[in-house]
Amino acid sequence: MTILRRLYLLIFALYLIGPIIVITAVSFNEKRFLAFPPRGFSFRWYAEIFLDSGWSGALLNSLIIAFASATLAVLIATPVAYTAWRFGLRYARALFALGIAPFILPPVIMALGFLLLFTNVGMHGLMINVIIAHAIFLLALPLVTISLGLESVDKSLIEASQTLGASNAVVFRTVILPIAAPFAFAGFAFCFVLSLNEYIIALMTVGFTVETLPIKIFNALRYGYTPVIASIAVVFLLINIAVFSLIAKFSHLTRILGAQD
Amino acid sequence: MQQGNSFTRSIGLIPSSVMIGVFFLVPFVLILLTSVSVPSDEGDYQFGLSLVHFERFATWFYIERAFFSAGLCALIALLSLLIAYPFTYMLTRFGPRSQTLWLIYILAQLSLSEVLIAFSWQILLSRTGGIGNILAWVGLVENSFAMTPSAGAVLAALVYLAVPFSVLLLFPALSRLDRSLTEASRTLGASPLRTFFTVVIPVTRPAIISSGVTIFVLTLGAIIVPQVLGKPEHWTLSVLITDQAIFNFNMPFASALAVVLLIISGGVIAAVTKFSGGRS
Repeated sequence: MTILRRLYLLIFALYLIGPIIVITAVSFNEKRFLAFPPRGFSFRWYAEIFLDSGWSGALLNSLIIAFASATLAVLIATPVAYTAWRFGLRYARALFALGIAPFILPPVIMALGFLLLFTNVGMHGLMINVIIAHAIFLLALPLVTISLGLESVDKSLIEASQTLGASNAVVFRTVILPIAAPFAFAGFAFCFVLSLNEYIIALMTVGFTVETLPIKIFNALRYGYTPVIASIAVVFLLINIAVFSLIAKFSHLTRILGAQD
Repeated sequence: MQQGNSFTRSIGLIPSSVMIGVFFLVPFVLILLTSVSVPSDEGDYQFGLSLVHFERFATWFYIERAFFSAGLCALIALLSLLIAYPFTYMLTRFGPRSQTLWLIYILAQLSLSEVLIAFSWQILLSRTGGIGNILAWVGLVENSFAMTPSAGAVLAALVYLAVPFSVLLLFPALSRLDRSLTEASRTLGASPLRTFFTVVIPVTRPAIISSGVTIFVLTLGAIIVPQVLGKPEHWTLSVLITDQAIFNFNMPFASALAVVLLIISGGVIAAVTKFSGGRS
């Protein structure tokens, strides 16, 4: 039984990680053509991400968009999650449900909606378009993580501080914020990573004016193979791992993902 | 005790309401309006009420695409759950440290752009750099060969895309599973395998169903994998919507297809919640 179990785990891990190993190996190829097992060894394709202005420009665009949209998403989500939790307002709860919806729908639907909106008001291809679009699309993540954080605040603590004369603002700053902040950070980080990797909404909002990394990769794929894409895949995976490790370190990852304490 | 009434408490919600209203509800309404718009003479469109774009959809070509998309995504949901379920069950029995490490990796891979996943599978299935090479080396085939574009390639890459999501979707239910249930079953003499099939799976049935639906909707949204790894006849509705909107500039027809996609995903979600909600 244990052997069967180990075997299954091994096959599963191989299935999950195997393709990543192949990409990593390919990214160290010395020559431009695709070969696995790799021939030679070089960091050339990693250097090219930063040296080639096309790739580094796209990377910079992606980072700016991810940072701005994650910030915006947290700013929109915080009052909604807070009011829904603290006062249980029906309106706040309805807003909460609306904020979750864009993430559940197939992304192409939201992408098309944003395209129609921005063309109808004559805002063509501005970077702010994709920042707003990503913030709305990913709003569900900070909404969920922040309300998880708020649920772990002991309401009797709030009552105690209020009896002692603390105003709502003071309660928020001294009791609620310290407990909820790591969860808000987790929401920010989830948004950041998903925005960085998002393709279709970026394409439909700014695809022809601002080149993000996923858009550039897709365009490059259509013109043939370049090993730079493999090195970007590795870099992105490392960024993702780093961000999620940060979440795991500063807030409770298994709890955010739905396990009980 | 509580200061202020619900009106003053709502004031803080104004900016968020404006953002959600303008950038979620308005685009949504625009899709609905555009899908029934009237074509104008200059090849443009104006708002009105016409079903001409839905009539265009109602030809066998597009209906077949809709069935293909739904069938493919259902198959992917089934396969990815089959692959992910036993792993997730074992994962919840790991120690907290290795649990967290696995979850970090799974999250990292799940967040990886669909573009990059499509690219990896293109390499894996290529003639010079992947499985074909290994098969030739082992001696199973004479010469290495390319396995793309094909329906199998699309299926394989989409399942690969869906597995990490399945793990995360199943994780809450499995990690909250009452241990005393499985222990009781073991004390009564059931083998671990029997416990798994007669206790664990039935207890987590609602989670299995809702995860399946979520995976279904999620893969309906896949855009790049069918384009990169499949032939045009493997394109799903999402790809067709993108194609119409970006490359044919046909917003009304793209919107009509989006409405169809919305109805399919919404219908499946509603049907399954109703079906499973009655029993669980």
